Amino acid sequence: MQQLRLTRTRRVALIGLAGALAVSLSACAESKREEGAGGGTGGTMIFGAAGNPKLFDPAFNDEGETFRITRQIFDTLIQNKPGTADLEPSLAEKWESSNEGKTWTFTLKSGVKFSDGTAMDATAVCANFDRWYNMKGAAAQSQMIYYGDVFEGFAKNEGDAGGDPVYKSCEAKDPTTAVLNLNKAKGAFPAAFTLPSFSIQSPTAIKQYNGDTVTQSGDSFTYSEYANKHPVGTGPFKFESWDQAKGEITLVRNDSSPSPAKLDKLIFKVIPDENARKQALKAGDINGYDYPNPADYGLLRNDGEQVLIRPSFNVLYLGINQSGPNAAKLKDPRVRQALAYGINREQFVKSKLAEGSEVATEFVPKVISGYTDDVTKYPYDQQKAKDLLKAAGAEGMTLKFYYPTEVSRPYMPNPADTFTAISEDLKKIGINIEAHAEPWNGGYKDDVQKFGKQDLHLLGWTGDYNDAGNFVGTFFGREKKEFGFNNAELFSALAAADASPAGDAHAKAYQEVNKKIMDFLPAVPIAYPTPAIVVGPKVKGLVASPLTDERFNTVTVS
Amino acid sequence: MLRFLVRRLLQAIPTLLILSILVFAWLRSLPGGPAAALLGDKATPEKIADLNHVLGLDQPIILQYFGFLGRAFTGDFGNSLVSTQPVMGEITTFLPATIELGFTAMIIAIIVGIPAGYLSARYRGGPVDNGVILLSLIGVAVPVFFLGYMMQDLLASPLGLPSQGRQTTGLDATAITNFAILDGIMTSEWDAVWDAIRHLILPAFALATIPLAVITRITRASVLEVLNEDFIRTANSKGLTQQVVRRRHVLRNGLLPVVTTIGLQTGALLGGAVLTERVFNFRGLGFLLAEGIERRDYPRLQALLLFGAVVYVLVNMLVDISYGIIDPRVRVR
Repeated sequence: MQQLRLTRTRRVALIGLAGALAVSLSACAESKREEGAGGGTGGTMIFGAAGNPKLFDPAFNDEGETFRITRQIFDTLIQNKPGTADLEPSLAEKWESSNEGKTWTFTLKSGVKFSDGTAMDATAVCANFDRWYNMKGAAAQSQMIYYGDVFEGFAKNEGDAGGDPVYKSCEAKDPTTAVLNLNKAKGAFPAAFTLPSFSIQSPTAIKQYNGDTVTQSGDSFTYSEYANKHPVGTGPFKFESWDQAKGEITLVRNDSSPSPAKLDKLIFKVIPDENARKQALKAGDINGYDYPNPADYGLLRNDGEQVLIRPSFNVLYLGINQSGPNAAKLKDPRVRQALAYGINREQFVKSKLAEGSEVATEFVPKVISGYTDDVTKYPYDQQKAKDLLKAAGAEGMTLKFYYPTEVSRPYMPNPADTFTAISEDLKKIGINIEAHAEPWNGGYKDDVQKFGKQDLHLLGWTGDYNDAGNFVGTFFGREKKEFGFNNAELFSALAAADASPAGDAHAKAYQEVNKKIMDFLPAVPIAYPTPAIVVGPKVKGLVASPLTDERFNTVTVS
Repeated sequence: MLRFLVRRLLQAIPTLLILSILVFAWLRSLPGGPAAALLGDKATPEKIADLNHVLGLDQPIILQYFGFLGRAFTGDFGNSLVSTQPVMGEITTFLPATIELGFTAMIIAIIVGIPAGYLSARYRGGPVDNGVILLSLIGVAVPVFFLGYMMQDLLASPLGLPSQGRQTTGLDATAITNFAILDGIMTSEWDAVWDAIRHLILPAFALATIPLAVITRITRASVLEVLNEDFIRTANSKGLTQQVVRRRHVLRNGLLPVVTTIGLQTGALLGGAVLTERVFNFRGLGFLLAEGIERRDYPRLQALLLFGAVVYVLVNMLVDISYGIIDPRVRVR
């Protein structure tokens, strides 16, 4: 029906336009361009980015569109194996922890140089760790989101940000051995060393172009020349230019990189509108883009494009607030269980999410270490849900269900659809739903996370690195307005898991925590959706990454 | 005339001041806030509170406003939260694209709209008239973004026209003024000129639809009114040729309200440009504004909304002046 309406409207629009356009455009037909093919072996890749990069110093950044670019310019000590969330060597050939996780020794690749010709050795690595730890100024520190999260504090905490720093010191034992000393063990390591924010940058270039200078101007920040024009790393590409007027960031091959690119040139073209990105790919203006609309997968494939499905690295959940308007009822575990049994998640995933998406059985995706199949599950069972509600005396209760508008997240491509499907299920078990729709940036996050006005809400999370703590620790590690519960046992189990050194014991600790969480059921995990990335038929060698960590060094464009 | 101009200029100052207060208060009253926008999706309420303190956003709004006004007087509108570049620099970089697009759209609207309206009035009730009325109704009714998508989907490929951007990616054209066509002419890079023109066609037509429809309808109504005036009958009865009557009497008098409309539509084009530039990835001020709204880029929004207000006030002044030129009675009053 909708298809028919659209077709009619299109026809009307076309008739209206055709007359005016026909005359002036008859001479304009011209074949599609073939620009972009470079002279070298791998050609030029033009990738449609969904947003502007912020700046090119990843230490001051936490945002995907910037990381997409800096990942090509810089290397981290450890990286994710292409296409997975597993770890593999990058600048560090080996790493090991000792002293119960408080000392990390990195054996670096020898003979690596930054693209400015200076040496990437243990001294340079330590200079990076020291730089982050000693960063001065509230403006600069406030922008180091990931450093603040993982290392918990600075040499001198400025602004209101406090914390006890995890970092103690870094020693360059010899050119290829860097030893990192921590004040306490941190479960996030070694996975967190893969974070783009911890990219190893050229200390010389940082100094030359005042990389540490972040100043405040009114209610915004000004970054250094280094961050805007001269980022220097060891990655497969070198920064060449950022043309604001055209919205183009141009990188060229870095021949001195330990993982040199096949492409001669890599251009990121900023096209915020998803439909415009699709059109640009169809027209051959770009060779690929991110976040295609799941509804377009079939059409794109029919056109010969390659839709690469990423393994899921995110989770969508139905939040339950135990201190909200219906606190008394939602504190009763039977009511929360009823909500879980009452939602037909299989059906939802099948009908509303992109191919490859799966029903979530806990709050960490399957590829994360710490995931376990051995948790209490809540398969769809309407009758059981009704019985539980009856036993808890909560039949016919009315819940305030908040959901966001004006947003599409990788874990929630269409919030309104998600809300409708879930609320219909809940109505079927006798719960009355009071819908509250709010714009994502226009009050939703405040009302849900800051004020806790809701009984139920929709949210999710895309992981940053392969550690269960990045998921469950973020959600349930402490008392939060979003969930409104205080479960000391759970909080301490999470803290203990976070502090346990990496390895099997660490994974095991999180498996135990995940069991506890699914018994306590502070929220209902709904799905592990799978975002995709799309590239044209001429592109070879791109490996889709669960962490959106696509590196273009293996890519060629014929 | 000079007094008239000075009076209009003085009137503009309080208007702009009030507008600056409204814009500032409106943006500050929105939930979320710059700190949340800066910190992105993963910001916790605690981190947002910290950053609000660092940025001084926890100070009384009056103090914040005067700080903003003080900096604005020195041309400092802060840095964009999205691109981290100075907003004033962004405006000067992106303005030429909007002027290029708006100017082309307006030219299309005028050269098609006035004759269409005139013909429609002249052949009132006939098939031409009905056709023009229908098309102008569609022009007003169809949302610009929808029209844009339709053009991209249905016309770009068959006509071999680019559906987005201002220039082919990788085309190494010299940028002097940032007016793509002008730069191409100045440097004799004719490929670049042709490339820029091809990129302009679809967005300019999309943006032109509403002003085109409005100008057509106003011209039609105005010409119809003039045709019924006594002086036209007098002119006809004096034995003047139809051509002279139409050019000297009908058009000249009929165009007065059209000029006002063109002025107002020029202001309205800024609004249309937001959607058109966004859909066609045509990187002008509308594109900047759309991105600013989406990403809650307060410094950019403050500057752009004020800039828009200044342009609107200026365009209105120009309309009044041109009105004065066409109809001397306006100046006397």
